[in-house]
Amino acid sequence: MKLLKHYIKSFLFLELLKGMSVTGRYLFARKITVQYPEEKTPMSPRFRGLHAQRRYANGEERCIACKLCEAVCPALAITIDVTERDDGTRRTSRYDIDLFKCIYCGFCEEACPVDAIVETEIFEYHFENRGENIMTKDKLLAIGDKYEVQIAAAKAADAPYR
Amino acid sequence: MIESMMSFVMPIWEWLPMWIQVLVTNVFFIVIIMVPLMLSVAYVTYAERKIIGYMQVRIGPNRVGPRGWLQPIADAVKLMFKEIIIPTNSNRFLFLFAPMLSMGPALAAWAVIPFADNIQLADVNAGLLYILAMTSMGVYGVIIAGWASNSKYAMLGALRSAAQVVAYEIAMGFALVGVLMAGGSLNLGDIIDKQAGGFFNWFWLPLLPLMVVYFISGVAETNRAPFDVAEGESEIVAGFHVDYSGMAFAVFFLAEYANIIMIAALTSLLFFGGWMSPFGSYADVPLLGNGFHWFVIKTMFFIYMFLWIRATFPRYRYDQIMRLGWKVFIPVTIVWIFVEAVMAVMQIGPWAV
Repeated sequence: MKLLKHYIKSFLFLELLKGMSVTGRYLFARKITVQYPEEKTPMSPRFRGLHAQRRYANGEERCIACKLCEAVCPALAITIDVTERDDGTRRTSRYDIDLFKCIYCGFCEEACPVDAIVETEIFEYHFENRGENIMTKDKLLAIGDKYEVQIAAAKAADAPYR
Repeated sequence: MIESMMSFVMPIWEWLPMWIQVLVTNVFFIVIIMVPLMLSVAYVTYAERKIIGYMQVRIGPNRVGPRGWLQPIADAVKLMFKEIIIPTNSNRFLFLFAPMLSMGPALAAWAVIPFADNIQLADVNAGLLYILAMTSMGVYGVIIAGWASNSKYAMLGALRSAAQVVAYEIAMGFALVGVLMAGGSLNLGDIIDKQAGGFFNWFWLPLLPLMVVYFISGVAETNRAPFDVAEGESEIVAGFHVDYSGMAFAVFFLAEYANIIMIAALTSLLFFGGWMSPFGSYADVPLLGNGFHWFVIKTMFFIYMFLWIRATFPRYRYDQIMRLGWKVFIPVTIVWIFVEAVMAVMQIGPWAV
């Protein structure tokens, strides 16, 4: 009896037709594709993209060369050299992030006691020449200056959950 | 204008020797069949990507031209400009000959397809036999391609494909024997004439099991999902054409899709009345009545079925394919042919001669 049932089922393609009705229904379903350059998905304030160094409102750079980010970096992507500036403060003379090594884990941002190094929401960037993957201090500060409003907004949006 | 041109051209035409006249007319008709066929092959690839995309709740290609309509053209241009890499230690002649060998029969079979009443390139009396012969030729291209590539993956793909095609060829042949018995002729035109009289006079109803077997064997024959073990991406990359690139690959691709259109066209011819209108009583009314457009609509429907099946089912395991071919389809067709023969002898049903 069970065998007969099995034969009837398989010869009438019941299960196959069920499957085809599913795909047939989806043919007319609303498509969920996001057409990327024109449309973009919403982005979390915690998004970890390209790095930037921030400044205080008075224009002073935040980084105090504590080297916590260099220590925490699991990919050893950060290289820092320290000097004493003329006014006696401790500053970096070199702050390089190798973006080929970086895994965008965001630990540097977490480790930073003064919120100097941050990861922005920028993710559409590219390199055209060898060496451009090294983000020097100047480049990082420039990005920070350019996107300060965006960075501050993201930080503020995330602040209640930290 | 046309009058004067005709009066100028016609004497020259008649002055030409007979064999040149025949040659020129035939080449002209071949071009008339081939160009729309190639275009439809190109647009079947587009339809495939679009329909499967839609079934997977995606949009599919939509970047080249309005709504992606120029995508197949762009693909063709890309493939034409790519290098044809010939693997080291491969057999150069066979390597380049194989794509042609799979393309040739796929196109040659179209010679006997009746597109509408009395519109076909060659009114062959053994048309059905010719089509069987041509569709089985295609597998040589696959085997030779697999062997000539000097690659283990290609070889395995070719072997799988060959074994599968051989297995399903038999079931397909038996299904066609059923059509032959019902139609009483090997001539495709006669087979269609036998189906005159509307939807319920077509052969799909009396030959339902054979129709199903034929269509599924057709899917297996063209190595399409869910029978695409010959080119399963996760197992043997692309099967017999891994080592092909550029236009040589494109020719295989065209042959595969030409075969799909072929199987769809044959299903509509042999089981669904070809260019017969489903409304039997309106046979002479334009549009509703018989005509080329019905053939196109039916063929398109079966091409759509190919794509629908591909979008729905996961790939068969190899032993399951063999089991289905040898232990299910062949017995089913034999039984139905027997039933049909008994009924024909007893003068029951539509086979009463």
